[in-house]
Amino acid sequence: MKCQKCEQQATFHITELTGGKPTELHLCQEHAREYLAQGSSPSPPESIPAEALAQYLGVGASAEELARLQQAVCPVCGISFETFRHQGRLGCPADYEAFKKQLEAVLISVHGETRHVGMRPPRGDEDARQLVEVIRLRRQMLEAAAEEDYERASQLRDRIRQIEQQVARRREDVPGRETSPES
Amino acid sequence: MELESLVQEPGEWLRGAGRESDIVISSRVRLARNVASYPFVTRLTPQERNELGTLLRHTLDQLAGPLRLAYLEVDQLDELDRQLLVERQLISRELAETEGTRGVAFDQQEQLSLMILEEDHLRIQVVHSGLELEAAWQQMERMHQLLQRHLTFAFHDQFGYLTACPTNVGTGMRVSVMMHLPALVLTRQMEHLFRSLQKINLAVRGLYGEGSQPVGDFFQISNQVTLGRSEQDLLRQVGEVVPTILEYERKAREYLLKEGYENILDQVNRAYGILKACRTISSEETLQLLSRVRMGVNMGLIQDVPLEVLNKLIVYTQPAHLQKLHGQQLDSAQRNIHRARYLRQMLSGEEGEPAE
Repeated sequence: MKCQKCEQQATFHITELTGGKPTELHLCQEHAREYLAQGSSPSPPESIPAEALAQYLGVGASAEELARLQQAVCPVCGISFETFRHQGRLGCPADYEAFKKQLEAVLISVHGETRHVGMRPPRGDEDARQLVEVIRLRRQMLEAAAEEDYERASQLRDRIRQIEQQVARRREDVPGRETSPES
Repeated sequence: MELESLVQEPGEWLRGAGRESDIVISSRVRLARNVASYPFVTRLTPQERNELGTLLRHTLDQLAGPLRLAYLEVDQLDELDRQLLVERQLISRELAETEGTRGVAFDQQEQLSLMILEEDHLRIQVVHSGLELEAAWQQMERMHQLLQRHLTFAFHDQFGYLTACPTNVGTGMRVSVMMHLPALVLTRQMEHLFRSLQKINLAVRGLYGEGSQPVGDFFQISNQVTLGRSEQDLLRQVGEVVPTILEYERKAREYLLKEGYENILDQVNRAYGILKACRTISSEETLQLLSRVRMGVNMGLIQDVPLEVLNKLIVYTQPAHLQKLHGQQLDSAQRNIHRARYLRQMLSGEEGEPAE
């Protein structure tokens, strides 16, 4: 895993607890020493060097494309890629689609890989994809209620229930592979 | 469940059972998961957070019976109780110190613990004493399968299980072993070990005290990469280096015995002596000295202290445990005095304040 401030390997993993929210820092020896030598709590560092993104997209990427990617916003939760870069945490599962290219650059830098090869849920991503829609619907429902459009809110709530029930039914149908809770 | 009852036993990770338990303190597997139908933690509205907390609590209640899980609403605990849970490694420092609805469920043996609404919606952890990665993983797999019958986790065909931080995405799995490596520290080989492990993508963290320096010769070795490797790959990655590190530590101990017998005998007995006789002592110094004595016992240089007692002391001399034993809050200076008294009682059978 690379240092957050340079291209060296990160050997120091520091959880910073001052300044409100705990942040995790991954630094090489030199930058860790530098960091620890500081007295007060500094602002959180960027989690990804901006160069990593440019590097990953290759020399061919135009300045416009780079700018567009940097300014991306998730349509479901509203978080901007910029915000993610500063706080190091994503807003919702849909971000992985909204910021796909940018995150691939991050993942190469952190893991050296961009594809999952481990275990999968029983029906792959089918259930999860349906349920992510619920995030958006729930927010719309709250907006509708706030605007006193109760009919729309009610329709949205029904739609949400429908999806959740569909998924729940599929979950219960899983055959075999019963594991006894006592084991 | 009363937190007081927790304090009776030292918990799984210091039980001293399992393979190679003289050097390998514990093996741990952790999975990070999020419920697909809610945003990640930083983007939850207070209402969503409460809903999700309730949903997860309800799910765990359904599993609680057969698994005998206890549930604690961490946001409703006072600071001392939260600190206690951190010392027992049932929750992370982050869960103890952030704000908002959050909780933890764990079993009586303290092998299984599930944190609710920490960095991710769910952080499942299994700890086994000694070198028992396979057994820890099997318990984790069973738990995960059970949970998937009640919950749908955020998952992406390409990126795997989705997490709030991309450093955890994919398997969401952190495999680690905690090892006691006092001889490697004494023979100044830790730096070299750090670097060798880092070359194969393994991280080494010291068990931190109140500052940022590693204390007590206890080190946790874990995988850094969670994506692009299978769960078995990661278990293997960490599991494979352990025998090598064990060998290094054992060779270093042999070396110390051969080349400097009187010195090492003196060092461990000095440590033992201070612990038995001091009147006031910090938790950092205690950890350092206990580490020495533990090494001394394992090397056969100190005979009259059982390893179980030492293991117990490592946890019970920590600030929150000490205050719980005493039955009330103590400031730093008072704690140092009580700590010393507790150590004298446990190590030389001195009478005095009963340690419940």
